Amino acid sequence: MKTPFTAAALAIAAKDLRVEMRSRELVSVMALFALLSLLVFSFALELDRIAREEAVSGVLWVTLIFASLLGFHRSMALEHDQGSLDALLLAPIPRSAIFVGKLAGNCLFTSLVGLIILPLMAVIYNKNMLDPRLILTAGIGIFGLSAIGALLAALTMQTRAREVLLPIAMLPAALPFLLAALRATTGILSETPRTDWLVWLQMLGGITVIYLALCLLLYSFVIEE
Amino acid sequence: MDAASQMKTAPMPRLLRILTLVTALGFAAALFLGLFIAGADSQQGPIQRIFYIHMPAFFGAFTAFGAAVVGGAVYLWRRDERWDKIALAGVEVGLAFALINLVTGAIWARPIWNTWWTWDPRLTSAAIMVLTYAAYLMLRAGIEDPRRQRSLMSVYGIFAFVSVLTTLFIIRIVPETIHPVIVGPSPQNAQGSFEATRGVAMALIPSLIVWTIFMPLTLMWHRCRLENRMEAVKRLKVQALSE
Repeated sequence: MKTPFTAAALAIAAKDLRVEMRSRELVSVMALFALLSLLVFSFALELDRIAREEAVSGVLWVTLIFASLLGFHRSMALEHDQGSLDALLLAPIPRSAIFVGKLAGNCLFTSLVGLIILPLMAVIYNKNMLDPRLILTAGIGIFGLSAIGALLAALTMQTRAREVLLPIAMLPAALPFLLAALRATTGILSETPRTDWLVWLQMLGGITVIYLALCLLLYSFVIEE
Repeated sequence: MDAASQMKTAPMPRLLRILTLVTALGFAAALFLGLFIAGADSQQGPIQRIFYIHMPAFFGAFTAFGAAVVGGAVYLWRRDERWDKIALAGVEVGLAFALINLVTGAIWARPIWNTWWTWDPRLTSAAIMVLTYAAYLMLRAGIEDPRRQRSLMSVYGIFAFVSVLTTLFIIRIVPETIHPVIVGPSPQNAQGSFEATRGVAMALIPSLIVWTIFMPLTLMWHRCRLENRMEAVKRLKVQALSE
């Protein structure tokens, strides 16, 4: 008998959440990394005030992508090293449910990091980073990144130099997201008319849907034994 | 002696010999048409002739990367390793074509845009495409188990094709590109246009046919045969070591 898709995916996400509640390993590392990265950026751009103002959305997205890379790798490495992936593969659940479960976990943790750095950036850069439109953009972007992250982390996990190869595989794939999310964020932050940034937000949504479908389709081939 | 006779694997098929000859002749003929027969561009002068290689090279890369998608998908379906070899050949040949495309573009851009490189959306996405496929080769080298290598790389080969499609369509989506569009209207701020007039079409069409169909096909076929040889060598090594 097969466990229904949603129940299985939810159970996997809940398991990831429980592990995280007990160990507090992922979010703390990701958040600390994100804070350090924010600091490094604000020192690096300190000399030029205007450049710093204009770089806000770039700083946000680069920080989010790098922090998420850490999290995606770690969450899959735990799965792999402690043998729970084998157990998941033995379980009578659809393979794509594993993908959705991991995606939900990744997305949740990265969103938490986002929620930590957005208010902080509002303070450092004196911008309205808690604009609901901006949070929506960040949410869609993080969701899309988590989808490709879940697929590619499962793939690079099986290579020799695994933590080195995840960024190499993921950064090119993340660039379309980065492009659309950056434009939308910059548009929202600089208070341009809606028509200017809505296109980018729609494009971000479109890219996310395409990649999500592709990942759902391909995931079962990545984790097979 | 045994090893030497085994190295003489199947002789080159007749069709491949013919194909190689046709490709070489076609390449030379297309080059001749582009360099000597087509008229010089009234505004850009002789540098415009590089376009007869620049655009066909991209479509050659498109064919080869497309073959990698087909090879990967059929491999995942049938689990026949020949299809994985086709996919690998597609990625390597496509990467070479994509690099030709980038380099010729930069050479053209130097006099026309007054810079070798600019972070234009299409240039950026073409560079990302090259990096995506360079990552394919790195990932492939990092997986030891051959069966796992084949199925994982089939997945990645399909996944990577998104970057090719992005490059193809980005000038229609992102308006502020300065890269000219060949089919359909160019964006308003395109710098240095490529309008395909009759003389241009006469040189471009043969070049496109050679670069998009014949060159990738021939090169990939040779690459697959090379892969077979490499496997034979590996087998022989194992054999020699076990004796």
